[in-house]
Amino acid sequence: MVFFQNLINALQWGSFYALIALGYSMVYSILMLFNFAHGDIFMVGAYIGFGVSTALVSLAAMGAFALPGWLILVLTIIISMFLTSFVGMIVERVGYRPLRDAPRASAAITGLMIGIILETGNLALLGAERVKFPSLIETTTYDLGGVFVTNKKIMIVLVSITLSFALHQFIRRTRWGMAMRAMAFDFAVVPLMGVPLNRMAALTFALGSALAAAAGILFGVAYPVLDPYMGILIGWKAFVAAILGGRGSVVGATLAGFLLGFIEMFVPMIFPSTLRDFIAYTIVLLILVFRPHGFFGEAYSARLRL
Amino acid sequence: MEATSEKLSIDKKQLLSGLRVAASRIPLLAWFLGGLVAVALEQFIGNPFARGIGLPKVPVLFGFVIMLKKPFLIPSAVLYVVLIYLLPVAVVARLTAASMNRLAAKLLDLKMFLSVILHLLLFYAVLHIWAEMSDYRVLVLKLMLIAVMLTLSLNIINGYMGEFSCSHPGFMALGAYSASVFTVWLFADDRLFGPALLPPAIGPFLFPIALLVGGLVAAVGALAVAVPSFRTRGDYLAIISLAFMFIVKSLIENLEVVGGPRGLGNQPDWANLPVVFATTAICIWIINNFVRSTMGKALNAVRDNEMAADAMTVDTRKTKILAFLFGAFWAGVAGGLFAHVLRYVNPGTFGIQKLAEVLAMVYFGGLNSVYGSIVGACGISLLGEALRPLELYKWIIIPLLLILVMIFRPTGLIAFKEFDVKKLVQPKKMAD
Repeated sequence: MVFFQNLINALQWGSFYALIALGYSMVYSILMLFNFAHGDIFMVGAYIGFGVSTALVSLAAMGAFALPGWLILVLTIIISMFLTSFVGMIVERVGYRPLRDAPRASAAITGLMIGIILETGNLALLGAERVKFPSLIETTTYDLGGVFVTNKKIMIVLVSITLSFALHQFIRRTRWGMAMRAMAFDFAVVPLMGVPLNRMAALTFALGSALAAAAGILFGVAYPVLDPYMGILIGWKAFVAAILGGRGSVVGATLAGFLLGFIEMFVPMIFPSTLRDFIAYTIVLLILVFRPHGFFGEAYSARLRL
Repeated sequence: MEATSEKLSIDKKQLLSGLRVAASRIPLLAWFLGGLVAVALEQFIGNPFARGIGLPKVPVLFGFVIMLKKPFLIPSAVLYVVLIYLLPVAVVARLTAASMNRLAAKLLDLKMFLSVILHLLLFYAVLHIWAEMSDYRVLVLKLMLIAVMLTLSLNIINGYMGEFSCSHPGFMALGAYSASVFTVWLFADDRLFGPALLPPAIGPFLFPIALLVGGLVAAVGALAVAVPSFRTRGDYLAIISLAFMFIVKSLIENLEVVGGPRGLGNQPDWANLPVVFATTAICIWIINNFVRSTMGKALNAVRDNEMAADAMTVDTRKTKILAFLFGAFWAGVAGGLFAHVLRYVNPGTFGIQKLAEVLAMVYFGGLNSVYGSIVGACGISLLGEALRPLELYKWIIIPLLLILVMIFRPTGLIAFKEFDVKKLVQPKKMAD
């Protein structure tokens, strides 16, 4: 029973990690660098979601329109994804585009610094008080033979899997997706073939940020208290997941996100829960020692430009 | 009208170039002497003078803090800095330039080592008298020197060898904890470790051993990152080192023997300014020699092209492992000092925040450069202290500054610059 209960929780946390890891992975496959501000974009997304949902709820309360809670949630997710994608594009324009030919470590530093600016900016704008995400849907708990599942958890897992699948389809089937794949294949030549590099980079950041915003809202639904530093730890963990999955691999990032969720949930079953981080990261380290390119990553290639 | 403005600008140019020429003829020794006079002046008349021009007390950090806190005191603060620091330094340096040049030449003829020691002593005297005015200055100075050591040691791995290692807070934590355990266990009466085993009187003499222990433990820990680095580079190594950092932090949090998440306190107060200064000087000296040795060149070769380096008979494995151990050793020493300066450590100190700080210092100052590390560490720490009155906005201004540096100088302010001790201490060319 405990096993299944943990399985549900692992799936939920895995959904957050997977959605965020996708953003890391996509940016990596195009630009060959990690967007270290991504965890904070997740945070910004959650806050934008908070703003949008509060606005919608108060509009509904004023009688502008009558919508059920779940519809407001869907609207919130869509509007926030749209708005947060602009945050991602701005980050790309300010922090990454000027540094495209610089050493990759410099871009990593800019990313870190943009992250700090986003955190502090949020703190300066909204103050140190934690905000509470409005509860849009009622929590219903289903009892499946001793395993308790809430409708929120099911929703979170479903939404995250749907979004990952949609992204996968986007990359496989659309023209833009094809351009992205081409760019991932060869960063130097493909722009010469008429693929607009800057627009592709902006698109990638926008997509990644939109997914992060979705993750942020889902997180807000599950754990309604938001604070400006919530993106740091979860962002780094998702980064680990993106690496574990293999750089630039969408499927790998999703799976590794879920795997990380499982490791984190099942370690406390066997060991004392304070050892959770220790064992989780030891497993990560061992995996990388024996399989240095992640699960779906290509082997050490000449494309690495460090 | 136009002619005069043109003339003015020429005058300005001439003045500037004249100043530059004058400054280029003044040896380091004379600057230090000027500094000595300035800080002595501050010691004697600083307080009354500050009160006389309307400042509440002597500005602790060259007036930056007071300028930001009370903008209407800016003129007084500027006046104070000019009259107490700049003017005496400039006048004394200019006046003694000739004699100091002769002295420097004589010392250099005698033995360079002597000359360096004399420079360091003078420099230390300046710092000591400057810091004596307040405890705050002592603390800032100590933390700044420790930051220099940390930045330098990270620069070996990230700059000279070109890996992106994120494990430095981990190494630092290992060093801090092992050095603390050593001193607390042996020399302090502590709740966790019981009464002192050895008389505390001999403690200060064994403090270097404690630091060495810290460094060695950190170096052993570094093997966990160095060995995987044989097979992988770049992002995967970054993750491995990041995982290492989390592992160390989580391990210490779970070790109740050393206090767990509550941290470890009660370290004896041995890390005073001379000790920290001496350790930093030794660190700079050794690291500077290391990176200029064959080994240091091998590091650069591995960074630029590992395969080519291998073909040119560079033992890449040995090089990598040495760089990691060496960098981690000094990070451990710095950690040990850090623990004894604050006299309290807890695992939360050695997290992502510390990592961002050290990385910022390395990349701000400049990769592959001892000068750059010193400038970066001092710059970021001083900036952090000077902007303290801005509170929250400090964390917007400093990152913005770093982003600008990264955009306009992607490898840092002073990257790829050799640190030449002889050039520093030698007499400057005299006017004909």
